[in-house]
Amino acid sequence: MIEVKSLSKSFNGQKVLFEIDHVFEEGKVNLIIGQSGQGKSVLAKCIVGLYEADAGQILFDKRNFSDMDRSERSHIRQEIGMLFQGAALFDSMTVEQNITFPLQMFTNMTKAEIQARADFCLDRVNLAGRNKLMPSECSGGMQKRVGIARAISMNPRYLFCDEPNSGLDPKTSIVIDKLIQDITQEYKITTVVITHDMNSVMEIGDHILFIHQGKKWWEGDSHSIINASNPEIESFVYASSFMKEIRTQLQKKAL
Amino acid sequence: MLSVVFSRPDRWRFFRKHTFLEIEQIGINSLPIVALMSAFMGAVIALQTASSMESPLLPDYTVGFITQSSTILEFSPTIISLILAGKVGSNVASEIGTKRVTEQIDALEIMGVNSLNFLVLPKITAALVFFPVLVIFSMALSMFGGWLALLVSNLTTTEIYILGIRSFFNPFHITYALTKTLVFGFLIVSISSFYGYYVKGGSLDVGKASTQAVVSSSVAILIANFILTQLMLLS
Repeated sequence: MIEVKSLSKSFNGQKVLFEIDHVFEEGKVNLIIGQSGQGKSVLAKCIVGLYEADAGQILFDKRNFSDMDRSERSHIRQEIGMLFQGAALFDSMTVEQNITFPLQMFTNMTKAEIQARADFCLDRVNLAGRNKLMPSECSGGMQKRVGIARAISMNPRYLFCDEPNSGLDPKTSIVIDKLIQDITQEYKITTVVITHDMNSVMEIGDHILFIHQGKKWWEGDSHSIINASNPEIESFVYASSFMKEIRTQLQKKAL
Repeated sequence: MLSVVFSRPDRWRFFRKHTFLEIEQIGINSLPIVALMSAFMGAVIALQTASSMESPLLPDYTVGFITQSSTILEFSPTIISLILAGKVGSNVASEIGTKRVTEQIDALEIMGVNSLNFLVLPKITAALVFFPVLVIFSMALSMFGGWLALLVSNLTTTEIYILGIRSFFNPFHITYALTKTLVFGFLIVSISSFYGYYVKGGSLDVGKASTQAVVSSSVAILIANFILTQLMLLS
């Protein structure tokens, strides 16, 4: 579980997050949604410590991350896995080396154990046997899956995914969403996904936080967001003509 | 930044491995350009000196002496460092900058890796270890180039040239040259790493950071050269 208490952040005097309070629940896929430029990524980056929050607290299972020094944070970070928007694979390393890197860096596992773990993680994301490929030889979807394999290699307690479906076709997006959901439920981890993809919201949104103008605007689940009466949420959810059509059909049925 | 760079590496095994890779990347791969520059510059210094020697009062070995002193005092440590600022500086800034804009540095930080230490310390260590080797190699090749040019042009003999090179040789000049090289090597890698690490934006900004790194490193070398000369040769 990750708790965020009164978190604020500004850049060059311009406030982008206003006293956010939220709990990201364990064993669930927690989504942060909202339009571009509303502060979703800034919130996530503050939580993992890539940005230093101006005020507020971040607690990882009651451990106050905000008050920790660099070395204490390093221990918490070894419990965090993160999938970046562009996968952020180390371009000079093979797929296997990307996955084994944190294991070699922070564990005392033997070579055989590390190899077995890498094979397991690759198998888990349906990339068995692709160990020796370089990131440049992988498609966008494969890179995302390698990113997930690297993120889970250390058995994380917290998984962060920054727009995991950006740049992917709808079919591959569903595969990635399903993978994130399965991993979350299988390992009972706290997963936080930043997205503005309504498919992801409907498919995997166990617990949703809607951010608007840097403020916590709404929270709920994928069922309640469909019927939310808030105009900002409505304009977000029913932005596409496809979703508008679904709403019309639902309203007709209700009548 | 520097206190974080010089903290204890997370894993010495990774540090050693990366240092050797960097020695190859920024050191051994620079050997061809250093060799080419040194041989030709040494030849030109010798020929220009010989062409200016009109006074019969000057002994014949003066050409060898001037080639030796110009090479050791200025050409090899300073000019070669300026060339390395272009080659190594742009390489370091663009490599680290690309890692920044593609979020690879964020990925390292999220894992709990001290990214500054992980990326920059092996580069600084490699520069401090291998730049002096490059400069000594450059000194030897420059004097060889001078000898070859004079011999081919029939301007002096081997014996007289070697006499000139050995005349008034001051071993402290080698210490001075290597001290300058160490300072320049540190400046090149640390300034270029700074520009790469703190780049914001995309590939265009990486290119700009790379150019700024080369310009700033070169200016820093010139200023440090002046200060070190004042401190070591004149005080």
